[in-house]
Amino acid sequence: MGEPSKLGVGARGLVLGLGCLAVLVPFWAVLMTSIASPEEINRAGGFVLWTNEPTLDSYRAVLSGGIVTRALLVSAGITAVGTALSLVSTIALAYALSRPGALLQKPILLMTVFTLLFNPGIIPMYLTVKQLGLLDSYLALILPVLVNAFNVIVMRAFFQGIPGELRESAYIDGAGEMRVLLRIVLPLSKAVVSVIGLFYAVAYWNAFFSAMLYLQSSEKWPLQLVLRTYVVNNTPIGSDQLSSNLENLPPQISVQMAILVISVLPILFIYPFIQKHFAKGLMVGAVKG
Amino acid sequence: MRSLRDRWRRDRVLLLLALPGVTALLLFHYLPLGGNVIAFQDFQPFLGIWHSPYVGLDNFEPVLTGDPVFLNALVNTLIITLIQVVFVFPLPICLALILNATISERLKRLTQSILYMPHFLSWVIVVALFQQMFGNGGMLNAWLRSADLSTFSIVGVPELFKLMITSQVIWKDTGWSTIIFLAALSRVDPAQMEAAVVDGASAARRLWHVTLPYIRPVIVLLLILRLGDSLSVGFEQIILQQAQVGAGASEVLDTYVYNHGIVGGDWGTAAAVGLIKGIVGVALVLGANRLAHALGEQGVYAK
Repeated sequence: MGEPSKLGVGARGLVLGLGCLAVLVPFWAVLMTSIASPEEINRAGGFVLWTNEPTLDSYRAVLSGGIVTRALLVSAGITAVGTALSLVSTIALAYALSRPGALLQKPILLMTVFTLLFNPGIIPMYLTVKQLGLLDSYLALILPVLVNAFNVIVMRAFFQGIPGELRESAYIDGAGEMRVLLRIVLPLSKAVVSVIGLFYAVAYWNAFFSAMLYLQSSEKWPLQLVLRTYVVNNTPIGSDQLSSNLENLPPQISVQMAILVISVLPILFIYPFIQKHFAKGLMVGAVKG
Repeated sequence: MRSLRDRWRRDRVLLLLALPGVTALLLFHYLPLGGNVIAFQDFQPFLGIWHSPYVGLDNFEPVLTGDPVFLNALVNTLIITLIQVVFVFPLPICLALILNATISERLKRLTQSILYMPHFLSWVIVVALFQQMFGNGGMLNAWLRSADLSTFSIVGVPELFKLMITSQVIWKDTGWSTIIFLAALSRVDPAQMEAAVVDGASAARRLWHVTLPYIRPVIVLLLILRLGDSLSVGFEQIILQQAQVGAGASEVLDTYVYNHGIVGGDWGTAAAVGLIKGIVGVALVLGANRLAHALGEQGVYAK
């Protein structure tokens, strides 16, 4: 490509640098404030960008068995169970749609794709969940979003990209569909399975409105609802909610920031492992599909 | 052509595999469509769908007569869509061009990792982060106070609400949205680009005549999808912040449906507004797609 001008390179570098700072600074401030000592927070009047006396008191308070601990377990449970169920049904449906000329394939594919075009609406969804007796049940947070048509299409395109000869030779050797799926197709599809798995896991972990809509009792709250109540809405959080036996509760803002860090951490943790598959897993499917 | 029986024998495992997914889609995408009948009912939860009386088009009255509360929600929705199509939509394209021009692979990958990240955070987290940065007790104002400068409120000001949610969308999704443009840019033919350089084409001309044709189909596709979604604007994002700024500045169609139906118990009207929104949404996608075909683009589905 043409000879890049110094000015152009500098301007681009500046844009990218500022973009990265805009992402990183809030995280840094939140992390530092969650581990700063009460004196430092008082001195700074709120946020700190550096701490010389790091303390984990706010994490101790938050994780000592109160409402945040419970919500963390609820969110982890929903995410684990939901992601597993979603992956299994998405892989199964995508595989069933990936063999050319299979019985009923066209209508099933059409029915799947068509769900991308419309959204049933909040009221009918609520009534359906209620009619099925799922209100106030964790299943209401999983079953309505069990299968995402977009993910099915991406996965199907990936499966179809696997050379047909591999499958054909397995059929000739007498392997059934299950064997072909488990022994040939899945081992070659690690990239797409991890990316789609990440999408589902993030969606379950982040789900906020479905929990607000379908769960009535606050003991069942997942982490996002706790975060909304005590961080976004700024409802005071004290020893009652935390059931903490610390002598002095850390400053409100440290506790809030600790909740925030805890809800971001799992995503930050798995993200680098999956990120390397983005290009391979997602683009093959999206561009072809 | 094999007989149906043979095909059944061959494919029954596949059908069995498809069953859980198909059931979920039928139960939670197709079955709820039937629930829209309550748009024509005076729905009473204790009577249920089967026994609530039908009232014709009564529930559509706020829409048909232009009830101010409904109009406010409609106008807010359209303004937010307009702002986002004009200011948010082009950003990932520019960012993708910048990333694409970055020569160092390592630097590019590092920047991408950082910029994609906010996409994976929930709206609750994004809203919380924005409040902590820009709220009255937030970092910006604390810093201004410590520098003896006057502080200013950004969070909770109705006039700034649309700006606020637009910045949040930009922060959360600009990086991630580059991914599809970058994929398209990676297919630009280097030989073609070199030929343009040899022929003395300026950077702007190369962008217009060589690079742009590769990403134009993607731009059109995403624009169609965005237009089809005109009536849905960041529901979770807005409902989280509605209490701070009030309904006047923040009510959109989706929050109208939620606030009137689930919260207010006016099921019929809420369902009617939701139904109209759904139908107009499908019409918009199909219309935008037809427009794309007329302009010689492929659109969402081939003709």
